[in-house]
Amino acid sequence: MSEPGEVARAVSGPGEVARPVGERSEPPHHADGEWHRLHPLTPLARGWTVVAAVLFVLTQNVSGPSTGWTATGILLAGAVVVGLVYGLFSWWFTRYRIEADALRLDTGVIFRRSRRVRLDRLQAVDVVRPLIARLLGLAELRLEVAGGSSSEAPLAYLSERNAQVLRAALLARAAGVRPDAPEADEQVLVRVPPEALIGSRLLSGSAIFGFLLVIALISGAIGLHTPFIFIGAVPTLIALATSEFRAFSTHFDFVVAESADGLRLRHGLLEHRSQTVPPGRVQALRIVQPWLWRRWDWVKVEVNVAGYAPGGGEDGTSRTSVLLPVAPRATALGVVGRVLPGVDIDAVSLTGLPARARWVRPIGWRFAACGADDRVFVSKRGRLRRELDVIAHGKAQSLRLSSGPIRRRLGLATVHLDSTPGPVRVHAPDRDALEARRIVEAQAERDRSARRVAGPERWMTAHAQPGPIHPAPVRPGPVESGPVEPGPVESGPVESGPVEPGPVEPGPVEPGPVEPGRVEPVPGPGQPAPAAAERTSLDHAD
Amino acid sequence: MGGIGAAFEPPGEQWVRVSSRLRTVRRITLLLLLVPLTVLGVVVAQALGATAVGVLVAVVAVASVTIGWAAVERNWRAWGYAERADDLLVVRGVLTRRLVVVPYGRMQFVDVTAGPLERRFRIARVQLHTAAAATDASIPGLVPDEAARLRDRLAALGEARSAGL
Repeated sequence: MSEPGEVARAVSGPGEVARPVGERSEPPHHADGEWHRLHPLTPLARGWTVVAAVLFVLTQNVSGPSTGWTATGILLAGAVVVGLVYGLFSWWFTRYRIEADALRLDTGVIFRRSRRVRLDRLQAVDVVRPLIARLLGLAELRLEVAGGSSSEAPLAYLSERNAQVLRAALLARAAGVRPDAPEADEQVLVRVPPEALIGSRLLSGSAIFGFLLVIALISGAIGLHTPFIFIGAVPTLIALATSEFRAFSTHFDFVVAESADGLRLRHGLLEHRSQTVPPGRVQALRIVQPWLWRRWDWVKVEVNVAGYAPGGGEDGTSRTSVLLPVAPRATALGVVGRVLPGVDIDAVSLTGLPARARWVRPIGWRFAACGADDRVFVSKRGRLRRELDVIAHGKAQSLRLSSGPIRRRLGLATVHLDSTPGPVRVHAPDRDALEARRIVEAQAERDRSARRVAGPERWMTAHAQPGPIHPAPVRPGPVESGPVEPGPVESGPVESGPVEPGPVEPGPVEPGPVEPGRVEPVPGPGQPAPAAAERTSLDHAD
Repeated sequence: MGGIGAAFEPPGEQWVRVSSRLRTVRRITLLLLLVPLTVLGVVVAQALGATAVGVLVAVVAVASVTIGWAAVERNWRAWGYAERADDLLVVRGVLTRRLVVVPYGRMQFVDVTAGPLERRFRIARVQLHTAAAATDASIPGLVPDEAARLRDRLAALGEARSAGL
């Protein structure tokens, strides 16, 4: 991904003089257990909006005939200086350190906060590069752990190079392999071409609504001989255009890649985001097909990942919880097959609703169905907009059965399989009540046995060797001396865990510098050998 | 009701019921809410000289209390829970009947809460939290000993069976 070789030491910050031993602002090795600071340009990258606003006001004032602009200017310049000084202080007081199994982050000028993020609980790691940060060569590293309302440990900003290095180091520790292991190789599964993305946006509901509105306005304006009819609709049109552009820009150049550290999603036109979701961290997923997409058999795939809190405003689920913005169904199923190894969604046998469900679901009752195989529970719904929920056994947090007044009289009930917060809410609506209860009981049993054999939190460690991982290789035996497998040698899912994907060693497919594959631990004595699995071709057929 | 009852049947022979003091507390809450409102309504109506309105307010209030009184009874009877080997089942609701199954290993934390009135009548509410926001498992109207026992047992079982996300 990033160029190998020696790391250029970054520009010295203003605090480069007179600092305690062991503190460097941009060190070549991040995983050395020492304190580090963020990039010195951080205050600028964070405060640029304020600076830009002030500059804008200033220029406006300068060009105007106003007499008091010097006073205003001095005031605003003072504000900028104060802001920058605060930014510098904040930068100076923000330090992070990688410990044996955690990341320590100390922040705060007046109220000090020291946060320790357990790496084995890591749900996802994102490298986010907003536009201005990209121009400055900076990136923000976000560690997502479950339960946070927002990103728990945002490291904003690091140099892009350091963000990559740090991400690799953190993932290696979270995975339980040697911390100085190189970043795992990746294999690109899908690349969404821009024309497909544009097409999908043009065929979205809001875009169609916008078209119709414009047509209605034009014909109205011509019919009534007045252009003013447009003016009232301008805010609506602007809002529509903004939301469409945002959806396009967020998912622009969407790349889904797979590595031993899990799925890598890269996307974004202005703000570029690179997400890494380790194996087994996808809690539930949903395949959606809006009506207008059916002709091309396009679908969209959304996921629940515990760290991606919903409703986070700018960082809400709309940005982070999309596994595939648009892809042919076969391609999407292939990706889903990588997220949930060994699962063939179309092979799960589904049962429909009883005919009396038409009283509450007059059209959709024929199209709703649910079922389970030995790995996943699947529920599909919808006549026009088709939705298909998938949740692996053992991932449900709780099971619910509910039946309102009307459904109770019809003897119907809805089964919910509660997942972590996110866009996917797995439910099978309007089942026969007794069948619904049987589903709940059967699912409780499946979850129970799935949890019992669930893979380790550190996805690269074998079952037989739990226990803490230390920066120094302390595990006995040949654990860390596994051979580096060159070339496109592949291993399939480990049999013992139906949920956790086994260590997958994808071949280097992406052009560019090929790093050696991550050194994998040799499976322990009790560990079945990885079975060979055929790889589906996931090239984006277009 | 039809066959719906069977879908919400207890796993064992019976649901464990919550304390009848919950019923008392809810009825007192009902009265505390309705009586001052009614009195205010009647007094205002009287002051304005609209006796008919005052009578109407009183009638409506009496009807509400009667209905509410019965509703509290039905709702109280609808609550139940059962502890199984691996999960806790909670059932509730009259109009919308709900059953929730929470595996012990999925529990993140347990809350025990009691408001002033509940403390006065020595009952408490135990609430289970999982990583899913939708999980809605709370049991009101537990006597303090049972609440403490349940809390400790749930915490212990959660620890023993805890699973990663």
